[in-house]
Amino acid sequence: MSVDKNMNVLIVDDYNTMLRIIKNLLKQLGFNNVDEASDGQMALEKVQAKSYGLIISDWNMEPMTGYELLKAIRGSGKAYQNTPFIMVTAESKTENVVLAKQAGVNNYIVKPFNAETLKNKISAVLGDF
Amino acid sequence: MQPENKKTFEREKVVEIINSVLNKVEHGADDPKVILNELKDLQRIIEQTRAEVGAAQAGDISDKHIPTATDELDAVVANTADATGKIMDSCEAIDEIAGNLGEQGAVISGETIKIFEACSFQDITGQRITKVVSTLKTIEEKVSRLVNALGAAMPDAGSVSEGEDTRQGDERLLNGPQMSDKAISQDDIDKLLDSF
Repeated sequence: MSVDKNMNVLIVDDYNTMLRIIKNLLKQLGFNNVDEASDGQMALEKVQAKSYGLIISDWNMEPMTGYELLKAIRGSGKAYQNTPFIMVTAESKTENVVLAKQAGVNNYIVKPFNAETLKNKISAVLGDF
Repeated sequence: MQPENKKTFEREKVVEIINSVLNKVEHGADDPKVILNELKDLQRIIEQTRAEVGAAQAGDISDKHIPTATDELDAVVANTADATGKIMDSCEAIDEIAGNLGEQGAVISGETIKIFEACSFQDITGQRITKVVSTLKTIEEKVSRLVNALGAAMPDAGSVSEGEDTRQGDERLLNGPQMSDKAISQDDIDKLLDSF
């Protein structure tokens, strides 16, 4: 499976620093069509309005967490319900990982991480590139 | 008696007195003086506790120390976010230039990515500090509740207020970085110096 690097990617985090880091790491990996959202609710609105090939989201946000966003997307019954979803979070407890997996997350990255980890996780979800 | 043992003893004594009074009231004690004496013992322990809380300046913890600490921690998050933003601004500018430099540019981009990766410290420290602030606020709430429950216990007149600066000499001048709303600006300092 080849990865279309022109696909739209949505990154979600309430820390502007993290949004910029992920955006730049994605740019380095060749993904240039990257949109940003600062919480789950904003992300959900973007997903409803535009088609994304990948969502990369933080867990710990208010008012809507990344976990709630994931559940809302997977339970939507809409065309976007199967959008690949990677959780990028400092929440590294086993319980969180299990809950995210049960909610339909495709992969899980623990902060802090590097470009190589991000590349490996995207490859694991979308295929090699 | 050691302070901790004394506290345990007082707690046990309070429970013992309350149980004894309840028991006597329930079973109709024939001598009210016995109950009165036990209630006086209880009053003495409560007054003593109030005095100890007052002497410890517990109100200062919730009114002054914790709010100051949380403000300082919030400032750490804001300042590191600001500095990290500036570092990333420079990295993005370097990256753009590197895009036009061929092979050498790719090497430079590889290095700027390492800087971006390292910048994630700000996100992690921010989250950790937020957790600490939340814990401090819980302590502040509990101390406030304790002080309110014991009434407005007056500080011991002989004790030094926690807020009072007892430092001497040069040490008294050292306060570390000031919060932006309390600090005077470089311009103000220049004006002050020029005025001499």
